[in-house]
Amino acid sequence: MNKIVLTAVMAFALGTGAAQAASNVPTPAAQKWGFSGIVGHFDQPTLRRGFQIYREVCSGCHGLRLVAYRNLKDLGFTGDEVKEIAAEHEVFAGPDEEGEVLVEGDLRMRPARPTDKFVNPFANEEAARSSNVGALPPDLSLMAKARKKGPDYLYALLTGYHEEPPEGFELSDGMYYNDYFPGHQVAMAPPLADEMVEYEDGTPATLTQHARDVVTFLAWTASPELQDRKRMGIKTLLFLLVLTGMMYALKRKIWSDLH
Amino acid sequence: MSGSKIEFKNPVLKWVEYRLPIFSFIDSSVGSGYPTPRNLSYWWNFGSLAGIVLAIMVVTGIVLAMHYTPHVDYAFLSVERIMRDVNYGWLIRYLHVNGGSMFFIVVYIHMFRGMFFGSYKEPRELLWIIGVFIILAMMATAFMGYVLPWGQMSFWGATVITNLFSAVPFVGEGIVQWLWGGFSVDNPTLNRFFSLHYLLPFVIFALVFVHLWALHEHKSNNPLGIDIKGPQDTIPFHPYYTVKDLYGLGWFMMFYLFFVFFAPDFFGEPDNYIEANPLVTPLHIVPEWYFLPFYAVLRAFTDEFWFFSWFMSWVMDAKLAGVVAMFASVLIIALLPWLDGNKVRSMRFRPLSWMFFLIFIADCILLGYIGAMTAEEPYVTIGQWATLYYFAHFLVIVPLVSRLEKTGQPPESIAAAVTKKTEEV
Amino acid sequence: MTDTASTASGKPEEGESRRDFLLLATSTVGAVGATLAVWPFVDQMNPAADTMALSSTEVDLSPIEEGQSITAVWRGKPVFLRRRTAAEIEQATKDDSASMPDPQTDAARVQKPEWLIMVGICTHLGCIPLGQKASDPKGEFGGWFCPCHGSHYDTSGRIRKGPAPKNLLVPPYTFVGDETIRIG
Repeated sequence: MNKIVLTAVMAFALGTGAAQAASNVPTPAAQKWGFSGIVGHFDQPTLRRGFQIYREVCSGCHGLRLVAYRNLKDLGFTGDEVKEIAAEHEVFAGPDEEGEVLVEGDLRMRPARPTDKFVNPFANEEAARSSNVGALPPDLSLMAKARKKGPDYLYALLTGYHEEPPEGFELSDGMYYNDYFPGHQVAMAPPLADEMVEYEDGTPATLTQHARDVVTFLAWTASPELQDRKRMGIKTLLFLLVLTGMMYALKRKIWSDLH
Repeated sequence: MSGSKIEFKNPVLKWVEYRLPIFSFIDSSVGSGYPTPRNLSYWWNFGSLAGIVLAIMVVTGIVLAMHYTPHVDYAFLSVERIMRDVNYGWLIRYLHVNGGSMFFIVVYIHMFRGMFFGSYKEPRELLWIIGVFIILAMMATAFMGYVLPWGQMSFWGATVITNLFSAVPFVGEGIVQWLWGGFSVDNPTLNRFFSLHYLLPFVIFALVFVHLWALHEHKSNNPLGIDIKGPQDTIPFHPYYTVKDLYGLGWFMMFYLFFVFFAPDFFGEPDNYIEANPLVTPLHIVPEWYFLPFYAVLRAFTDEFWFFSWFMSWVMDAKLAGVVAMFASVLIIALLPWLDGNKVRSMRFRPLSWMFFLIFIADCILLGYIGAMTAEEPYVTIGQWATLYYFAHFLVIVPLVSRLEKTGQPPESIAAAVTKKTEEV
Repeated sequence: MTDTASTASGKPEEGESRRDFLLLATSTVGAVGATLAVWPFVDQMNPAADTMALSSTEVDLSPIEEGQSITAVWRGKPVFLRRRTAAEIEQATKDDSASMPDPQTDAARVQKPEWLIMVGICTHLGCIPLGQKASDPKGEFGGWFCPCHGSHYDTSGRIRKGPAPKNLLVPPYTFVGDETIRIG
């Protein structure tokens, strides 16, 4: 039996120390999100501000491998704008007619197209780790669904940094203190601050505004179907309510001759 | 499943019926030719409901298989492609994911209904045992289905559960490698789980068929738990119970679809939205909610558990004891017809059994809660006592109470009880 | 329950018609719901969003010299793009009045006479005709030749001889620049 299995069996039989460490992290405060609730939907200007933050701040380290540039049309970008955004990035072009994959020692590249997925900031995991003191910046596509109370947690994390750790807390080199990260030590430097990004629409550029916008954007990347889903849900449930009411009347009628 | 033949005037129907008596078969199974006790309550809706959920699971599952790729490199991505690019893929996947939970909710209620009204008693013992086989097949199917999206919980759940078999003396390691087709959960494992996940529902269908066959032989039990004495006690299944089942289906669909549309990840674990990584174990591994009580039984057995060290440690180690106890906790349900020695079926006339039945449900819920907690005090001790109570319920309480309790007198006949009730109203 | 029971027993006909109406109304609404619910299960087999996004292809025509052809891939099928010579265009228009199985003028098959763009699949049984490379056989009419069953296409891609029933298909395309087209 190899090590992985042993770890699993231990984790399963005993729980882990890390799980206990995680339990002293405060529960993130519940925020009001435009996309939560039965009639929740994504506000397009918020999404676009969020995308701007992703583009100018997060995308330096974090990928969005499940999202294609063409999906940005949901944010109100036109076909040509999407093309321009995609073309800012390069993807491997494949071998040329002679089967050569290198041009002067570099991989043959072509500009990304709208049908391409978001290009990762790093070529591979090793490159990502070596640029980030050994830590791997996770892909953000599904982050809003991959944590308990995802959006609230992300908001709490982004706004939960302290310049100095509390008295008596030993912070490792290159780590930052955060109230909400399991173990309180996170390798990501505080990514957002007041005036981090200048919004085109004149929205005040505060830390909390930045956090709200980028979390909304990430909620969209995780559940792009959310709006369709909720709209269809309301119609379906109203329909079922009517149908069930009718079936109740029919049931009473059919059963009435028994009594 | 034989009944009176129907006479048709339509020549086509007549032609078919003469050669293949399918219309008579349908009529005597779920039609006007199937006599059903006239006093069934809404608790009796859950059987047909389970059949409908099974059908929904098969249809959505076949559709998902059209888009899913069972390969470690593509499984997670193909599921996300279903969620993002396939037309209505998100709807079909969420129907399937939440359908799994609904299936267990419905079947658990169906089982508790059977326990309360004594539906397992003579002459329905085999019907009950087939039902236990169905729940076992459902558990196997659900477990393998949960592996397919190839998220962190998929991978580590599969690793932990397949490792249970390593507890088998002497050949355990060999069995585990055989299950994996390798030295850890990997591509061969994913491929065979996909194949079996597709196969098992059809096995469940076959079991359901036998389950219904046995049911139709002696007909449904009823809230009074007394036998059908004559035609005055029954009404035809159609239209009375078809309309009642459909009405109940309406409420059930609203409940089910509420989760699908407004809280699709309610029953899920966030960790399964992270792709499987064989080098990182999630902080807190938990199975799906419907396995939690059994998981708690499994975890109760440690070297520190007094019951284990007093009575079991000289034959097996704690790990094996946990595995044995977990399987036993399901299989023991099949013995109920013999553990319960009372002739009166329905607990309506057995107040003491009724009380212990409620305590048993509370114990199951408590076990479920403990199964979701980390293995630390006070949960460990509570889990051990709840496990002991679970087995004590079957092995001590039910046999004793059923044989010693004072039972009330059930009414003379179903018809008599129904008439009396109507007069009271 | 008591008053419905008395209605049912007192005026049986009225009770019957009410029951029939309820049954009809409920089954109609139920059937509508079932039909709507079937649609997602049908539509899921249609091309998915990522497949649809790849349903149009942009091709840069600038590297193609006069008298040269390239093959692009559009929706998984080969598309022939040929920059025709003046002689080929002249030949094609001259033959407009010739008798052929699927009569069509050259002007109806091109947007700019210089550029002939067609799906490179023989309309007989789906082989890929030869004629893209300079060394390929081009058939008796100087266009394309299908080696499977000997269909000859002319410089406008029209079927002139052999078993194929139709001219090579012209896909929908638009010029998005002077030398760039979007197929599909």
